[in-house]
Amino acid sequence: MASKYSNMTVKAYRRENGRVGVRNHVLILPVDDISNAACEAVANNVKGTLAIPHAYGRLQFGEDLELHFRTMIGTGSNPNVHSVVVIGIEPGWTKRIADGIRETGKEVAEFSIEQNGDFETIRAASWAAKDFVHKATEVQREECNISELWVSTKCGESDTTTGLGSCPTVGNMYDKLLPEGITGFFGETSEITGAEHICQKRAINEEVGERWYAMWKAYQDDVIFAHQTDDLSDSQPTKGNIEGGLTTIEEKALGNLEKIGRTSQFIDILEPAEMPGAGAGLYFMDSSSAAAECVTLMAAGGAVIHTFPTGQGNVVGNPIVPVIKITANPRTVRTMSEHVDVDVSGILRRDMTIDEAGDALIEMICRTANGRNTAAEALGHREFSMTKLYRSA
Amino acid sequence: MSEIPHLLVHEHADNVGVVVVEGLAAGTDMLCCVTHDNSTFRLTAGADVPIGHKIALKDLAEGDTAIKYGEDIGKVIAGIPKGGHVHTHNVKTKRW
Repeated sequence: MASKYSNMTVKAYRRENGRVGVRNHVLILPVDDISNAACEAVANNVKGTLAIPHAYGRLQFGEDLELHFRTMIGTGSNPNVHSVVVIGIEPGWTKRIADGIRETGKEVAEFSIEQNGDFETIRAASWAAKDFVHKATEVQREECNISELWVSTKCGESDTTTGLGSCPTVGNMYDKLLPEGITGFFGETSEITGAEHICQKRAINEEVGERWYAMWKAYQDDVIFAHQTDDLSDSQPTKGNIEGGLTTIEEKALGNLEKIGRTSQFIDILEPAEMPGAGAGLYFMDSSSAAAECVTLMAAGGAVIHTFPTGQGNVVGNPIVPVIKITANPRTVRTMSEHVDVDVSGILRRDMTIDEAGDALIEMICRTANGRNTAAEALGHREFSMTKLYRSA
Repeated sequence: MSEIPHLLVHEHADNVGVVVVEGLAAGTDMLCCVTHDNSTFRLTAGADVPIGHKIALKDLAEGDTAIKYGEDIGKVIAGIPKGGHVHTHNVKTKRW
């Protein structure tokens, strides 16, 4: 059924594989930590490129290595990226990542440092990067339907106002836009603890709900109970959460779950950094609750815009995905307004309804998709934090 | 709502509410609003409570369950008078 959201369009970038991006980055992607310097040198040589240095990529194995490849390939494949220069220490893993990104149809150039050194690698990679910048800057935005956007969410520095205002704002947006055909992501496995009985019921059917519960339980058993040294009352909720008035993990989880609204149901579960494969709809991604890690994983899964409710004022950003900050806390609006994109503190004063707040967020999603830089982008927040499952060999 | 509320309560079943104004002082005659249906009531704050922190809507005894969102958010570990500050010193998770 047509709604007032059905005909909304944005000016965005349509990629070779049909996906829609809202940014047009030329990415300089290191395969491993020791290739960061070469990537940063290329990004310094060629303006309009973006290097995303990170800490990993050597001596990883098993599931942890698979997650590394998935995150690298997913990041390069994101529709907010026009083209990618991949640099690694040796050609094997470098080729694997470059070929993975090539499956999207976008241009990728790969370089390895062994037998070349940093100088020769930087020289050759800079020529490729310069060529990509010329091509990227000639690509025009075109009209795309709002339903083509993939929008993720994760909250941070939560307090009691997130459950009252900013999380229900995101939930209202999903309740309105998921029926229009957008793809959504939520996650934060550890922060569902306390509301897992409610989350399980928000699965589209019993089978998905049971798989979701098994995933959550495995996390509880294999990570939390296997490694805990105290009663976790200082970690979940965090010190910042407690300062903001959240007392227990249950209270935090119930507020967190407000992000999926009243009617939205999730259709499938994703591994960390996995791309959705079951069509449009809402997905739960098994993910860390740490802000930068979670946004990085969802960006690797293909999200092009991230909606981020905050209470006490988390400042996180991402190199390739614009992060829209929403807060209902009037003190945070007063003291940290440079970080706030959508002020919904009117909900607490009862002069703004959740419906109005949801519409304000949808408007900001459209403006961001059209090119408006978010607060995090303007302030240079480019946190790229990879999730690591266990120590390297 | 012409007057700005001091305290918001999610559901009628809740026994705690959230302070949504800065600098709330003990003795304030608070306007309280249940967000579920925007119904209001009044309650006197029993303590200076920071924005975002919770206040008990009725006397809570050790062993009671704190209710918010209409759900169990933990157990009361020290008695809290109606209007009193509710936080980690008197409510704890039942999980760990």
